[in-house]
Amino acid sequence: MSRLEARFSQLKATGKKALIPFITAGDPIPDITVDLMRDLVSAGADVIELGVPFSDPMADGPVIQGASERALDHRVSLRDVMRMVSRFRELDNETPVVLMGYLNPIEIMGYETFAAQAAEAGVDGILVVDLPPEEGAELLEAVKGRGLDQIYLIAPTSTPERIKTICDAAGGFVYYVSVKGVTGASHLDLQTVESKLRDIRAVTNLPVGVGFGIKDAQTAAAVSRLADAVVVGSALVSRVEALAEEPEKIGSALGEVIASMRQAMDEA
Amino acid sequence: MSTTAEKIIGTLPDARGYFGPYGGLFVPETLMEPLQELREAYERYMQDEDFLHELDEDLANYVGRPSPIYHARRWSEQLGGAQIYLKREDLNHTGAHKVNNTIGQALLAGRMGKTRIIAETGAGQHGVATATVAARLGLECVVYMGAVDIARQETNVYRMRLLGAEVRAVSSGSKTLKDALNEAMRDWVTNVDNTFYIIGTVAGPHPYPAMVRDFQTVIGREAREQMQRQTGRLPDALVACVGGGSNAIGLFYPFLDDQDVKIYGVEAAGDGLDTDLHAAPLCAGKPGVLHGNRTYLMEDTDGQIIETHSISAGLDYPGVGPEHAWLKDSGRANYVAVTDDEALAAFHDLTRIEGIIPALESSHALAYAKKLAPEMKRDQTILINLSGRGDKDMHTVAAREGIEI
Ligand SMILES: Cc1ncc(COP(=O)(O)O)c(C=O)c1O
Repeated sequence: MSRLEARFSQLKATGKKALIPFITAGDPIPDITVDLMRDLVSAGADVIELGVPFSDPMADGPVIQGASERALDHRVSLRDVMRMVSRFRELDNETPVVLMGYLNPIEIMGYETFAAQAAEAGVDGILVVDLPPEEGAELLEAVKGRGLDQIYLIAPTSTPERIKTICDAAGGFVYYVSVKGVTGASHLDLQTVESKLRDIRAVTNLPVGVGFGIKDAQTAAAVSRLADAVVVGSALVSRVEALAEEPEKIGSALGEVIASMRQAMDEA
Repeated sequence: MSTTAEKIIGTLPDARGYFGPYGGLFVPETLMEPLQELREAYERYMQDEDFLHELDEDLANYVGRPSPIYHARRWSEQLGGAQIYLKREDLNHTGAHKVNNTIGQALLAGRMGKTRIIAETGAGQHGVATATVAARLGLECVVYMGAVDIARQETNVYRMRLLGAEVRAVSSGSKTLKDALNEAMRDWVTNVDNTFYIIGTVAGPHPYPAMVRDFQTVIGREAREQMQRQTGRLPDALVACVGGGSNAIGLFYPFLDDQDVKIYGVEAAGDGLDTDLHAAPLCAGKPGVLHGNRTYLMEDTDGQIIETHSISAGLDYPGVGPEHAWLKDSGRANYVAVTDDEALAAFHDLTRIEGIIPALESSHALAYAKKLAPEMKRDQTILINLSGRGDKDMHTVAAREGIEI
């Protein structure tokens, strides 16, 4: 059983929902990332989504763009990100790690090399924002061959036919983008989320995560009533940004956010 | 040269938007369905007589087409080789080829019921051409432009504002065209219900590279006929500058099956291809994925897009249309590069010898023709796409010479 599968079935058995924080690897400095991943886990995170910095993050709002820029100031590469995951794996062999990023750094490395190195490092899944299933077959084959899951996005604009195509290709979980917009966008509308999740569950048994627009404990709790997993990104990264000059304070600041979301979700 | 080569016209892209290994549809999920709708609308209206009639009328009466072909006799004489002909896209309304495409896409936006138009711009020519058609059709218009480009193309920024467009400065990344494109994509993802994104070149996800090409091929269709009428035959060589590649493909496409016509696309070599300061992905880059398609890119070994440099804002882009990537690999077209200095010299030549002030982008094509002509015979012909006029570049050229205006 993959780490992702194990984690989701554990949660199901205890009646809990997954809390999935996103941070960008190397933000604001490379040395801190593994510590932050562990802080997130101690505060109650179930899966870590680790952003791979890219120069042209066209689906991200200003907050996560800033994270990429800070990491790229230190020239953090995809290989560096995988090294961070290996170090994390030496300390934590259970928490699943999903890499989230854009296709070009993977293209230039080569799909087979990437899949082999990611598996070796202990990565569990990948989510490539600019790779819809129509273009993803080749990479999917490479990562599946190494036991990794390819996670796909579903959007408010996805038609029922597309939802089916996506779910058929997806592994690990599917990720519903709750708003039309970039990361860090405005508030989500729970009613639309609920009806879209119904469409998704009609065609798949995979766990369904919801992300984009989850800003605080209250929204996290509200979404956790509907979804299997709650993904939170900009709310964390904006704190990294605020503390970029005092990196020693970031771990506890992120921990606080996650702990409050954890509590609210568990009480929901 | 062989004339039995397979036909190219009408065969590409394939149904998935591919030109060989290049092109495709590499976008976030939110845009997949809107792009499908765009594809359907574009396929439908390119067969629709009313639509095509309206487009032709606008191209004739609003843009001023057909644009003439001009024999640059004095310049040809001085270069001492092939006869040089210029396709005068600089005489179009708004001063460049860009308007051929914005008219087409804006009409399509109207047919699709979209009320808001967005665009990215580098030199500002595409932004102006978009703001112009938006004004005429009464559509809301937002243009994204890198902060660096805003500083070097002030006049065009003001023109856009006069036309009623909102110009939004983009301060992320390298603050140039590629970042403006990212920001326009972000806007589109957010406002996809009422917004039509008019991309200004043959880049972006399918169907943009094919659609923009189809709107720009009016250049080559006219030129092919005009050259036959004026010179009695097809040109021996075509030369066009390549930023994203829309004026180039517009000229080249109708000639692709004329195997005896040599084709040259000219990229910006900036300070030189042996430096880090250039914008020549076909000459010095490698394939990757950016802005929705696979093509040649300027990127580092980690797959990060690197900053480009060219004296001309319109060529300052790290990617290139996927069809050019394919034409390069297939050998049908040749891609070369000229430096800032070479382009500037050609800018002055055309201005002083023919009384035509060219855009700095187009000056790259002129600079290559200047090298090519002396190697050819006097009875041979070179057709250059003079993609735009140079009024917008007065500040840049003056500043290079230490003059403040
Ligand atoms: C006059 C002119 N020529 C050429 C270009 C380059 O674009 P493309 O390669 O798409 O023709 C521009 C872009 O702004 C332009 O303004």
